[in-house]
Amino acid sequence: MFRNQYDNDASTWSPQGCIFQVDYASEAVKQGTAVVGLKSKTHVVLVAVKRSPSELASYQKKIIRIDDHMGIAVAGLTSDARVLSNYLRTEAMRSKMVYGRALPVGRAVSAIGDKAQTNTQEYGRRPYGVGLLVIGHDDTGPHLYEFSPSGIVSEYYGYSIGARSQSARTNLERNFERFEELSLQELVVQGLRALRDTMPQGKQLDSMNTSIGFVGMDTKMTILDGDGTQPYLDQLDEAEAMDTE
Amino acid sequence: MDPVSLELPHTLRGPQATAGYGPTTRTTQPIVTGTSVVAFKYKDGIMMAADCLASYGSLARFRNENRLMKVNETTVLGVSGDMGDFQHMKHKLEDVMTHEYDMDDGQALGTKSVYKCLSNIMYGRRTNINPLWNSFIVGGVDGGERVLGYVDLYGTTYMADSLATGFGKHLAVPILRRRVEGRADEITEEEAVAIMDDCMRVLLYRDCRAFNKLRRAKVTAQGVEISEPYSLATNWSYAESIVGYGV
Repeated sequence: MFRNQYDNDASTWSPQGCIFQVDYASEAVKQGTAVVGLKSKTHVVLVAVKRSPSELASYQKKIIRIDDHMGIAVAGLTSDARVLSNYLRTEAMRSKMVYGRALPVGRAVSAIGDKAQTNTQEYGRRPYGVGLLVIGHDDTGPHLYEFSPSGIVSEYYGYSIGARSQSARTNLERNFERFEELSLQELVVQGLRALRDTMPQGKQLDSMNTSIGFVGMDTKMTILDGDGTQPYLDQLDEAEAMDTE
Repeated sequence: MDPVSLELPHTLRGPQATAGYGPTTRTTQPIVTGTSVVAFKYKDGIMMAADCLASYGSLARFRNENRLMKVNETTVLGVSGDMGDFQHMKHKLEDVMTHEYDMDDGQALGTKSVYKCLSNIMYGRRTNINPLWNSFIVGGVDGGERVLGYVDLYGTTYMADSLATGFGKHLAVPILRRRVEGRADEITEEEAVAIMDDCMRVLLYRDCRAFNKLRRAKVTAQGVEISEPYSLATNWSYAESIVGYGV
């Protein structure tokens, strides 16, 4: 039943210095479909592939709005993500009510990071089985953070998590130096290019399975699904066609 | 009750245990008080003034108190009413600012946020029927914008180009209406000081809880500056001709 004697709970070390439950939780993130996040000087964008459990089912929501200035994309257990997003929404609202100020993005991510960390140190708990990319805009500009079940949070120019996300990261690493000056439109298309690299053989990005979210200084957190994504997908095709010429 | 149990003074006790102390009581009047605060906007920012007296009833008890508090790099708080309640609020605000400093992410709490936080505390206290017996004026510069707000023990809030608390509401506001309102953008620092001193002089003449030792604060884009105590030139020769107050 267990792979070894050190993975019964999240508070036991293995002699090699691993906490297996945390490692397993990190694997759960890789089971989710890929999400890509990237930012310019003014905006920050999320793009994601949605999965539907069967032909008859709807597509699972991948991008969640937290507040006018903040949103998250999910890879892994969606139900765990909902717990975290509810918490973030409460905190964002509290900041607005008490101080009349939008919750600084870094503080929001640290708060859920701390929650995840306690889960890896207290007996009888389990780590979250979800990774998040958190985007937001505050007084210090646009931000992109990664949250992982280990409680580690990191800030990025561009990043990707989820299934086959390594391909997207490779794409981002090749191009991220240009992101700074891009417009919102170009940034979304750039994100879709990276996201396309994570698609399995024979699968395409289309308006049904693609989700786009963005936020910026004068742009409230916006999520595009279905037909709303079509113009960007068309631009992606155009850009790819130009490349092959 | 367990005979060796330790009773801590701040531990909440149930109704049975508290019965011996008599009925629950609330502050029904301020004890050591500060009088008016006057504040208004001018070209470079905001200016605020208050005297250094904390009265015990009509007794001029503490004559070297500071009723202007620098909350952070862009915000100043002027206080009238109970000085004990102010000290409580002062500690609360210091806690908030320390927490902000600890965050260490370069995102300072602006004047508007301080004002909102303060208003929430005041409204919360009055809702628990246990108000802090103060009137506060919060002033500062928030993202290039001058901010001036009032909040009192009822949780009443309003913002304006010129504000005053206590006796200042009756004596300074009419002067400020005439000399500040509508011209906040043109008043130089020199003129602002003259207006402020005139207001404080009128208060000194007519408010028996006022004191001729006061501080002036200004908040500009450069930050907060609270002056050392100073005195105003006065002329009491008019008093000779005043008769009919039972003298």
